[in-house]
Amino acid sequence: MSHLTGVRFLQGNIACAEGAIAAGCRFFAGYPITPSTEVAEWLAKRMPEVGGVFIQMEDEIASVSAIVGARWAGRKAMTATSGPGFSLMMETVGYAAMTETPIVIVDVQRGGPSTGQPTLPATGDVLQARFGSHGDYSIIALSPNSVQEMFDLTVEAFNLSERYRVPVMLMADEIVGHMREKVVLPEEVETFTAPLSRRGSKYHFRPAKGSLVPRMQVFGRGYGVHVTGLTHDERGYPATADPVIHTKLVRRLVDKIEKNAGRIIKVEEHLTEDAEVVLVSYGAPSRSALAAVRELRAGGIKAGMLRLITLFPFPCRRVKELAEQAELVVLEMNLGQMLREVERCARRQVHFLPKIGGELHTPEEVVRFVKKL
Amino acid sequence: MSEEHPSLSFLRAERMPHILCEGCGNGIVVNAMLEAMVELELDMEKVVFVSGIGCSSRIPGYLKFDSLHTTHGRPIAFATGIKLANPELEVIVITGDGDMASIGGNHFLHAARRNMDMLVICSNNYNYGMTGGQVSPTTPVGWKTTTSPYGNPEPPMDIARVASAAGANYVARWSTASPLQIKQAVKKALQKEGFRLVEVLTQCPTVFGRRNRLRTAVEMLRWYRENTVALHHAEELERQGVDLSAKVVVGEFADRNNPGLVRRLGLVKEERKPEKREERAEKRAEEDERLREARRRILEAIERLSTPRVRRMIELGMDVEKIEEELLK
Repeated sequence: MSHLTGVRFLQGNIACAEGAIAAGCRFFAGYPITPSTEVAEWLAKRMPEVGGVFIQMEDEIASVSAIVGARWAGRKAMTATSGPGFSLMMETVGYAAMTETPIVIVDVQRGGPSTGQPTLPATGDVLQARFGSHGDYSIIALSPNSVQEMFDLTVEAFNLSERYRVPVMLMADEIVGHMREKVVLPEEVETFTAPLSRRGSKYHFRPAKGSLVPRMQVFGRGYGVHVTGLTHDERGYPATADPVIHTKLVRRLVDKIEKNAGRIIKVEEHLTEDAEVVLVSYGAPSRSALAAVRELRAGGIKAGMLRLITLFPFPCRRVKELAEQAELVVLEMNLGQMLREVERCARRQVHFLPKIGGELHTPEEVVRFVKKL
Repeated sequence: MSEEHPSLSFLRAERMPHILCEGCGNGIVVNAMLEAMVELELDMEKVVFVSGIGCSSRIPGYLKFDSLHTTHGRPIAFATGIKLANPELEVIVITGDGDMASIGGNHFLHAARRNMDMLVICSNNYNYGMTGGQVSPTTPVGWKTTTSPYGNPEPPMDIARVASAAGANYVARWSTASPLQIKQAVKKALQKEGFRLVEVLTQCPTVFGRRNRLRTAVEMLRWYRENTVALHHAEELERQGVDLSAKVVVGEFADRNNPGLVRRLGLVKEERKPEKREERAEKRAEEDERLREARRRILEAIERLSTPRVRRMIELGMDVEKIEEELLK
């Protein structure tokens, strides 16, 4: 028995859970938190059915730690949470980045700061996803805007995490997590698992020539690998006071994502070719953006839309190109987080329509905003 | 004649010298643990060490095993993931009083409550040694550290009793003054399932002892010897009304046979039973006998089918491989 298939009417969080199963995830550790709890509830039932393991841990710190452990024991692993839990997980995000552990963290975002608005949507955690843990590192963050994408991008998140040996965050929001929609779940999905290194190899953290990603090891197979969050040399041994080793390691951790950005990044565009105004959005607000683009076009305004599917690494080049051609309007459910990235890459003034409080932008208010420009 | 240290074959020699101080008790912990593992003839490829942050947590980095050196306080949570993901692995957590009882207190409690299958060796040196000797949850009342310069005002946590109350299958506490007992406890613990804790009171003369008039390892070990009371004696003494509040009780605090979480989840079927040394020896002897028998039959078959030359070789007592080699020449 494997993941659900065929045409179905599912909740976003459940589609995400099924996507994990489809991607080969066989270990889930989590802690209840609105609005992500359904992912855990669904997998509590499903994991044993597919030969996997489910455990509800004592907190989110333990949950993300357990999935890192599970991955080193050879199982693909995931956890799911929302803002307050995501904050608690940050310590281990850095650990997973430093130890190059492939894991997937789902954040079904709600209104913050603090406990904020548990039942209402927001996208206020997106910069935390990128910069939440201390020190320099890179991660990959994806943003689904439909139930279908809750499935598809969960699979993608696993594949990217395995390919680049990096934590991948699925940055959903309460709307996408709780919405129910029609989905088409394929019989088979393409999956990728980090290749294992040769037994007897001593340099567990040295990538092959031409690659920035070393091969993976699994405990219990005689590798004798030492994995540490301390700055380590290519054997995995702590070397905490050597500036050369630290620089080389941390640069590689960043470069393996940033230099592969072109291969990682996915965006969706509508009518940008001749657009004079481009709405830049991601997650649930992108649905309003698309409706607004259609209405603006009907009214004779050359509007287009850029949807960020990959939030990080950020599609800087494409944003810069569009900024040279059109006015950019950023829509997001926070007071300006991805806006900073858009401005940084556009290198010009960008228009901004934020929305917080737990309500989605309506197409009408987007249209009104654009017409006033 | 120089004899090789018995633990040497398990150490990553290329990583020496280690970072632990002169007189540190962690070496005693490592030796006792490794001896127990060797005596049990564990499959060393299946052993995984997990540790947090602190002096004792640096131990796995010097051992030739798969090991995960994790974040402060979390090794038990990481270990939970490892064991559940692959129950075949023998997961041993090496942690300290600060790592486990303070920042990792919640994970410790819940792993004990779950009876989560792992052996935890907690090297309790009564202070944060790595950062220079700060007060920890196990520092006794009145003792001085850099952050309790007037004497510790807080009552300490009794790690072993907490673990036992929380539901651990096996709990023992010994000090580095009795390494044999540490070894026996580790051996016993390794043959059980569920959550097992061996707490070891470890001397830290460098940043703890010297602030408390115990300047050397010897003085600290003597202090342990004089101030620990075995559990069964303690019970008797307490009945007689002797005040033991200034003493440390050592011994076995729990020895249960409840199912571990791995078995409760159906991830393994059979109950883990300690295999006796004699049983293992018997098994090995049987295996050897089978091999000898097989070899004898092969030789017989060769003899039956072979030429006078081969027969001569057999008469000369040559082995099967040797004969094959000769014939292929």
